Amino acid sequence: MSVIALYSAMAVYAIAFIAYAIDLAKRSSSIDEVAEGASSTAAASAGLNVTAAGGYGSTATITSSAPVTGAPRGYGRSAALRVGVALTVVAWLLHLAADILRGLAAGRVPWANMYEFAMTGTLIIVAVFLVTNLFVDVRFLGTFVTGLVLILLGLASVNFYVAVSPLPPALQSIWLVIHVFVAATSVGLFALGFGLSVVQLLQFRRESIAVGAKATGLRLLATLPSSDKLEALAYRINIIGFILWTFTLMAGAIWAEKAWGRYWGWDTKEVWTFIIWVIYAGYIHARATRGWRGSRSAWLAIIGFSAVLFNFTVVNLFFKGLHAYSGL
Amino acid sequence: MTSSSDDTERPANDGPHEDGRGGAEERLRRPDDHIDAAASVDPSSGDTGSGGGSGSGGEITQPKLGFVGWLRWFWRQLTSMRTALFLLLLLAVAAVPGSLVPQRSSDPNGVTQYFRDNPDLAPFLDKLQAFDVYTSAWFSSIYILLFISLIGCVIPRTKHHFDALRAKPPRTPVRLGRLAGYTERDGVGSLDDAAEAARAQLRSAGYRVAVFEKPGEKSVSAERGYLRETGNLVFHSALVGILVTVGFGGGFGFAGQRVLVEGQTFVNTLGAFDSFNPGRFFDPDTLDPYSLTLTDMAVTYEQQNQKAFGQPIDYTATVQVTEQDGASSEQTIKVNEPLNTGGTNIYLLGNGYAPQITVRDPDGTVVFTDAIPFLPQDAQLTSIGVVKIPDGLAEQLGMIGLFYPTQGAQQPPYFSSYPDLEYPVLTLQVFEGDLGIDAGTPTSVFTLDTDSMTEIAGGKADAKALELMPGQTQELPNGLGTVTFEDAANPSGDAAPPVTEESDAAGTAGTDYSKSVLRFASLDIHHDPTQGWVLVFALLVLAGLVTSLFIPRRRVWVKVHDVGGGALRMEYAGLARGDDPGLDAAVAAVADRHSAGFTPDAAAVAEGDEAVAPPESPDARA
Repeated sequence: MSVIALYSAMAVYAIAFIAYAIDLAKRSSSIDEVAEGASSTAAASAGLNVTAAGGYGSTATITSSAPVTGAPRGYGRSAALRVGVALTVVAWLLHLAADILRGLAAGRVPWANMYEFAMTGTLIIVAVFLVTNLFVDVRFLGTFVTGLVLILLGLASVNFYVAVSPLPPALQSIWLVIHVFVAATSVGLFALGFGLSVVQLLQFRRESIAVGAKATGLRLLATLPSSDKLEALAYRINIIGFILWTFTLMAGAIWAEKAWGRYWGWDTKEVWTFIIWVIYAGYIHARATRGWRGSRSAWLAIIGFSAVLFNFTVVNLFFKGLHAYSGL
Repeated sequence: MTSSSDDTERPANDGPHEDGRGGAEERLRRPDDHIDAAASVDPSSGDTGSGGGSGSGGEITQPKLGFVGWLRWFWRQLTSMRTALFLLLLLAVAAVPGSLVPQRSSDPNGVTQYFRDNPDLAPFLDKLQAFDVYTSAWFSSIYILLFISLIGCVIPRTKHHFDALRAKPPRTPVRLGRLAGYTERDGVGSLDDAAEAARAQLRSAGYRVAVFEKPGEKSVSAERGYLRETGNLVFHSALVGILVTVGFGGGFGFAGQRVLVEGQTFVNTLGAFDSFNPGRFFDPDTLDPYSLTLTDMAVTYEQQNQKAFGQPIDYTATVQVTEQDGASSEQTIKVNEPLNTGGTNIYLLGNGYAPQITVRDPDGTVVFTDAIPFLPQDAQLTSIGVVKIPDGLAEQLGMIGLFYPTQGAQQPPYFSSYPDLEYPVLTLQVFEGDLGIDAGTPTSVFTLDTDSMTEIAGGKADAKALELMPGQTQELPNGLGTVTFEDAANPSGDAAPPVTEESDAAGTAGTDYSKSVLRFASLDIHHDPTQGWVLVFALLVLAGLVTSLFIPRRRVWVKVHDVGGGALRMEYAGLARGDDPGLDAAVAAVADRHSAGFTPDAAAVAEGDEAVAPPESPDARA
């Protein structure tokens, strides 16, 4: 049952992925239209930031007298985008059902081995994406999020699948519920922060070469927020992730003390949790360091999430250590 | 560090300094902004304070730096944000090798294995301290430098913050137009009332306020969110606290291991540990000599779920603890539930089988009998153990035993098919010769050095390896004597092991092997008096982190101009000091609420009521 629900969820994610991709394609072509329409006006020569503020996703403040820079280019309502979001919600519900069924079958929380963790982790990634959309429009990341989730779920169900099995004694603890769940949540936040940082870098590159010139490269970027906005958003998401990661690390230490008799022992997984923590601490400090704000700190966020993925895949599978709960 | 150099050097984690958003906003738009080299690299602009301001010109002759000057320069470099960031990233990189190469601290056997597998590379890596990364000179120097840098930053910032906490908010800027969230409103009313209303409103919203006055205008300067910097300082100080507690506090504890076979007793004294690692300052006399007897080591295996058949689902060690004063109680230890007694925590870290082996000489005299802990090798608990008989026989004898709790093969090679005792079989490879223990060199009880021994049963020897089930006895080759694998549930008279459940096993002996072999528990006994402190600091770290990242530090100004005829022009603006996405909205909210009291309608009502706000001396409270 759980597997069927999961496969259905994956199918719907795949369709949502296509819808998001169509939306991105439409963004590219809409830029051509807008550019043509605006070319007769004087504003067009001033570059990318001036035209058609107030369209899609604009967040210009009402009474601000500051010039609205960096507002995304006008971009009408997109059917594909709305279909994408709706399908993502449907897929997420199926995914949730799969996860709950797995938990019921096992009679415990569904994140005790690598397959289950991948399933719950991706569920949380999508949840973070959907919840964030309630506050800020980040639907343009839909392709990235559904794509990432599809890859991870595919990997998990093909390579990591294990039958339901009871908890080994070492995992029989309330900390399994807390520690792993919080870890998965911060992974979800880091994933979204990663996506934003990548778009931020692309956007920044476009902004620095394309001022005054014709739109080059990925034209769809013109419909997205400015790199400053993306950076601020990525930062906000990453700091929440960082706080949860700090908690993960501490909860892990408390649990390690109970289960292994020491709160910190430089086990490979502990080492990588520490490395990730330090990278994101560096990211936060980089934003306050001259010359590091912007692109360089975005690279740190990208490296940070890469380390998270490395920690989940390579460290779990190939490194020796006490966190040997992949079930493989 | 002067506060001005502090500002330029280390705007820090959303620092409290002037160049928050206003200036940063410009810089943000060109993040490829070159490193502003002048401020930090030029040593002459150092701690002279007043002299540093314009010292970035290339032609300025650099004053000679004395030793102290260089020290200062070095200190400034070390405590700069960029160095801290560099050290932080270096720390992340330096931690990586420790996960690639086995570490002595967490995986000593892995290190031995690594030396065996890579005899050329390993000694070289060892020179680089690659097997002790986290205590190595290079790793330590990175984090020590990082923490010195951190302390060097936290102390001046604490002082700065302390001053800021007592200082009034700064004078209102002349022109607010360029600041964040700037907005203007028109209204009617008196200048004093409007200023007082703004003061009262901001003050009740948690701002510190100061009122400034100029001819024809009054302004309120307000600042809030001091807790952000407090949290930031708490976070960093608590990190130092953790490091110090772990570094020095660890020296007051100890960690020891002991393997206990069912029925055996451990007394908490130095000699009773199999291994003992005291901290530098630990005094062994402070050990509380309680005694602990392992009465039962119960293991439950999965039997319902065919796909997880044989997976362990519970380990429970039942122990009888007797305190020094004679009070005795039965306790249990589980994997996630350590036992706390006598100032120590006792953890159940492993378990396995301990076959009881008795060796007799040809006359039938017992020369050896003991329950030997066998180390589990796989999930089905195929286990290896070593028996050493130094005295009593014609030759010194060594045996390498393989124990299969449920032997599943028709003929060798044997394997275990289930971790519980269904069909237990013990095979023994026998060696005679020199055990190598007479010379006094320490040898492991779990390995047998066969270099100066000859194999007489099993392997390449003529005789087959001995094969025993519980209760069986076999002849040793060459007439050396006999070996008995004792049945713990049905002990032979002369080697009665201390088993409590004799009664229920007696009737079914021969077919039910479930109690035929004793189990052992591998216990870790730790004492760490500083653990609680580490937890306290960790919680402070978390609390400090949350406050320093989520509480916005911001300034808000309200400026009221008297434009004549009872009409007022009111300006509102804010300044973020650190990351503050909600600033514009906050300024707008202040403006809306404040200006609502001075619309023409509100003014009419106010005249009827006589007062909007108590007419107090506006700058009396700040």
